[in-house]
Amino acid sequence: MIRIDSVTKRYSDGTVAVDRLSLDIPDRAITVLVGPSGCGKTTTLRMINRMVEPSEGSILLDGADIRQQPVNSLRRSMGYVIQNAGLFQHRTVIDNIITVPRLLGWSKGKARERAAELMERVGLDSSLAKRYPYQLSGGQQQRVGVARALAADPPVLLMDEPFSAVDPVVRKGLQDELLRIQDELGKTIVFVTHDIDEAVKLGTMVAVLRTGGHLAQFAPPAELLTAPADPFVEDFLGADRGIRRLSFFPSDALELETGPIVPLDADATRLTPRGGAPYLLVTDADGRPLGWGEPGALTAGAIDTGRLLSHGRPFRPGTDSLRTALDGAVLSPTGWAVAVDGEGRAVGVVSQAAIGEAIRTAHSEDRPEVTAAG
Amino acid sequence: MNVLDFAHSFFADSARWHGYDGIPTRLLEHVGYSLEALAIAALIALPVGLIAGHLRRGGNALSMVATAGRALPSFGLLVLLFIWFGFGTLPVMVPLVVLAVPPILVTTYEAIQTVDPSPVDAARGMGMTEPRILFQVELPVALPVILGGLRTAAVQIVSTATIAAYVSFGGLGRYIIDGLYQKDYEKVVGGATLVAGLALVTLLVFWALSKLTVSPGVRRSG
Repeated sequence: MIRIDSVTKRYSDGTVAVDRLSLDIPDRAITVLVGPSGCGKTTTLRMINRMVEPSEGSILLDGADIRQQPVNSLRRSMGYVIQNAGLFQHRTVIDNIITVPRLLGWSKGKARERAAELMERVGLDSSLAKRYPYQLSGGQQQRVGVARALAADPPVLLMDEPFSAVDPVVRKGLQDELLRIQDELGKTIVFVTHDIDEAVKLGTMVAVLRTGGHLAQFAPPAELLTAPADPFVEDFLGADRGIRRLSFFPSDALELETGPIVPLDADATRLTPRGGAPYLLVTDADGRPLGWGEPGALTAGAIDTGRLLSHGRPFRPGTDSLRTALDGAVLSPTGWAVAVDGEGRAVGVVSQAAIGEAIRTAHSEDRPEVTAAG
Repeated sequence: MNVLDFAHSFFADSARWHGYDGIPTRLLEHVGYSLEALAIAALIALPVGLIAGHLRRGGNALSMVATAGRALPSFGLLVLLFIWFGFGTLPVMVPLVVLAVPPILVTTYEAIQTVDPSPVDAARGMGMTEPRILFQVELPVALPVILGGLRTAAVQIVSTATIAAYVSFGGLGRYIIDGLYQKDYEKVVGGATLVAGLALVTLLVFWALSKLTVSPGVRRSG
């Protein structure tokens, strides 16, 4: 565990970047430091690998003060990922990745073997090994940055706004990848971001810092969204925290109706209202949803798929959260959400009202069950 | 007779290619002075430029030194030192070194100082020692610019080393100075052509050097 013990960082001009901050960073979990610019989040991160020395207080790594070991051996035991990756442009991808193993005296052969393994783990094609950084996209560069940080298998990973400089689609991919890698490796990760959505998505624990280097709240993301400690945190979380919090409620408790699902070649007897739905969900031959239609407007044997109402984005019960289910229902003009299985076949439909009921039930329980955000 | 005729008859004379005043001897002397001056200048300017650039300080002091160095007239310095110290290599080397230090010093400092700070931060954060950061992260990226500074210095030295002949030394300047004295314009043109040719060869050598030493990852993006 990394224990930050009433640490203050005061610069010679009198500016206080971090003010008596205490934080227990749990092992094998992602702890996110989030806050507006000037809140001291990056300074805090950089004090952990002694890129910045605290003015007061101490930082303990597994109970020992980090100042007890030589600074470079401390840094070599912690992976370090920064914004824009900071790759060495004169070195190939593979030679960038083996930087720390080489510093630690590994043989070139062993280090390269390890690098090849890591490239696969972070989703880089092995054909990129001999490329130079300028030949890679921003997202690929950042993957190399992550691989380089993991190369010597350090127990701790420090990540300073690693995904801030890439576009939103690539960023989402990198975030998913990080969660997957973390599932496999279980590192102690300290992650700095100014993006609260990123914090909520990635963090096992989230520390919200406010300007001047004060800790505003330190909590799991679901708790943060449920019970912000003060108006600053509430404001920082944004206007739709209620909706975002639904990400932490699973959708498997929703009661799905199968009655309103009809195949494209349904006969006239089936084209009548069923269940509570005033519409019928028409599916193709494989059972994939095509759209909603009013029972009276559908002609047996000759359903015009062009005239069906859109069904919004389907959700997968169990995998997706109530947020995704609600989103699907809101998106469809019918107000009903469609549930699908792994192959995209419709397995049921559920109304906004039923989702609302599930939300109320979930809220009445003590704590939301923490599942993957999304 | 025009310049080309002068040059032609200079190089066509087989007697020019032998003996202590022959082209090979003078060329070697000239290359020798130039290399010596370049080496001394590099030994002074490279470490200072590299360290100041790495520490990202001292830029103002360095540019003042460089401006002062550039303002000193090489020929005046030569005559002054000759009067002062008499016959010897010192009066020749000092002006050449003074001429070569500023471009090496300033470009080295600037090249290192303007290296993208994020790889340097990453390197430090990964536990690289400061000398390693300088030589393995900053220098490879700054190399094209540093070589450019050395190239400028080398070309200036090659052209200016002709003044060594004024104080009884050899080199290609011999032809120019003796030729002027003897009103032998064939010799003057021949010597000048050789100096110009040597300057071009110097450019070629530096081009090849940068091809060999600069990583393809840098050459492309730099």
